[in-house]
Amino acid sequence: MRKGNGILFDVTLCVGCGSCYEACKEANNLPETNKDFLKDHLSDNTFTVVEQYGDLFTRKNCMHCDDPACASVCLVGAIKKSETGAVIYDAEKCIGCRYCMQACPYKMPRYEWGKALPSIRKCSLCDTRVKEGKLPACYEACPTEATLYGNLEELIVIAKKRMKENPDQYFDKIYGLEEAGGTHVLVLSPVPFEQLGFVPNVPKEAMPEFTMRAMEKIPSVVSIGGVFLGGMYWLTKRKNELAKEKNTNNGN
Amino acid sequence: MKLMEILKPTFWKVFSVLVVIVGLVSTFLRFSQGLGATTNLHDQVPWGLWIGFDFIGVGLAAAGFTIAATVHVFNIHKYEAFVRPAILTAFLSYSVVVCLLIVDLGRPDHFWHPLVMWNIHSVMFEITWCLICYTTVLLLEFAPVVLEKFNLHKPIKYLKMISIPVVILGVLFSTLHQSSFGSLYLIVPGKLHPLWYSSLLPVHFYISCIASGLAMIIFESFIIARAFSKEDGFNNTGLKMNLLTGASYVVLIALIGGFLLKAYDFIANGKLGYLFVASTETYLFYLEIILGTFIPIALLSQKKFREDKKWLYLISIAVICGLILNRLNVSITGLVASSGINYFPSFDEISITMMLVVLAISAFRFIAKYFTVFIDEESHSERNEHTEKAEIVNAREVLNS
Ligand code: SF4
Ligand code: SF4
Repeated sequence: MRKGNGILFDVTLCVGCGSCYEACKEANNLPETNKDFLKDHLSDNTFTVVEQYGDLFTRKNCMHCDDPACASVCLVGAIKKSETGAVIYDAEKCIGCRYCMQACPYKMPRYEWGKALPSIRKCSLCDTRVKEGKLPACYEACPTEATLYGNLEELIVIAKKRMKENPDQYFDKIYGLEEAGGTHVLVLSPVPFEQLGFVPNVPKEAMPEFTMRAMEKIPSVVSIGGVFLGGMYWLTKRKNELAKEKNTNNGN
Repeated sequence: MKLMEILKPTFWKVFSVLVVIVGLVSTFLRFSQGLGATTNLHDQVPWGLWIGFDFIGVGLAAAGFTIAATVHVFNIHKYEAFVRPAILTAFLSYSVVVCLLIVDLGRPDHFWHPLVMWNIHSVMFEITWCLICYTTVLLLEFAPVVLEKFNLHKPIKYLKMISIPVVILGVLFSTLHQSSFGSLYLIVPGKLHPLWYSSLLPVHFYISCIASGLAMIIFESFIIARAFSKEDGFNNTGLKMNLLTGASYVVLIALIGGFLLKAYDFIANGKLGYLFVASTETYLFYLEIILGTFIPIALLSQKKFREDKKWLYLISIAVICGLILNRLNVSITGLVASSGINYFPSFDEISITMMLVVLAISAFRFIAKYFTVFIDEESHSERNEHTEKAEIVNAREVLNS
């Protein structure tokens, strides 16, 4: 059972109008980065893109993982999972180590490389707007309901229903249901997801698990190591002393 | 006279002054203009030379804890002569690493945040704390050298009292962060090339640092011996050939251990196929393994090479190169394919790195010359006061000039 809200994006309904792209720019006060939105890519000033693959269009933005890699690796806890379901970032805490960029399996976080005091930049699922009682800008702007926003469990039900009702219209998989332990952005597509540039083979496990398996050994390494070293010190010292005594005794 | 000697231009002095000047300009540019203008880092390549170099610096400094443990915990006192050089090397390496980390931070003004904002699930958090604690340990371990120089015996006595717990803590902190540098990459199974990605990465990092840390000390001993006396290497330093041979034996064991672990990893995870894929990654992997593991193992397993000065020197260089290649492969080469970008460090990245390395080498030369880093076994205990005082005066002159 996953808490909070999310997005269901349905490629079959997307007409590639770019309304979400424009709305995101406006809601986040982002400058224009490309005259043709279809040619733009994610950057410190673009949090969502619309990409064209033949006749199909798809959106890309932060997947808002349920157990986010980016948040788990951030040493100062600048990235957090919000109760709204969004993965949010606090520039006041960030020290700029960029481990979150390295760790994200979808390579979503971007950096303000051009600034002297830069921040991490990515989609926040309009966390502040949602907390004010508003809705994400992209969802409001979408004319075809290709982007749905709402309770994640309900979105999963809707997605499954659509696939069941029109099985030949959809590729048999909800992207994001299992990827990286599950994400709060779900995608439905008529074709395999690799063909739309989605990262293939993302592990099914939550990413932080990979690190936890090593980190949880630390307490035993420290305690066993400490006892071992202390013991060795005592033993070898005793041995040296005995050897010395023996030597002096022999000398007498 | 003394002043003239110091000001006399030698190749090294001219070179290092130039490198430092260029490096300072780059540092100024980096902090005033930001990372984008001065580095080749990129949204797809968020970590570059500086992080890779941190891995190398920390890896090569590993003798700081292995030698300290050998002598003080395992009480094998014949290696005493290595302790100070190893600790000094470690301390200077860690200073370079910490400086580079701060240069690399996007928000250097927030560098103190990890002290008060904690995320204990982050490997980076653990590494940061281990670095802070271990650098403190190194300071405590090296402090007696400085204190004895200025005849401050009281504090030395206190330091001696806590020395064993300090050494043990140092070994624990080192074990944790040396392996954790490998753990940093556990979270990128989809990005790091399978030749290097492994759930055993932390163990690989740990074993390889033991081998190359010792190789570094062997290498240094030769360099230092040459600097101290041109004809016979070791007369003035207490670093005897049989000790280097002993250390090289441990290098051999660690290399074999590392190789067996790698073999196990490849077989158990079905990665053998990757060895036959023609790609830049595969070639670099072979270079790393052949130069850093196979050749040293083949040579070190024969007594005649272990006991030969020239060969031991060459072997230690090979082991060090192996570690450098390995760390760069993990941090840069192994990620190229998934990023789709061919990263090569920018001029400023290289010049800042070079500046810090040159400063560390100069500091090492200075300290080795004016402090008793290399203990001369016979004369050390009965070092007569007269020369000691004269040396202090010399050191002061150097500092003042
Ligand atoms: S997609 Fe990446 S940036 Fe977004 S929540 Fe997941 S790990 Fe974090
Ligand atoms: S760059 Fe900032 S947000 Fe990302 S991991 Fe580092 S401190 Fe955290």
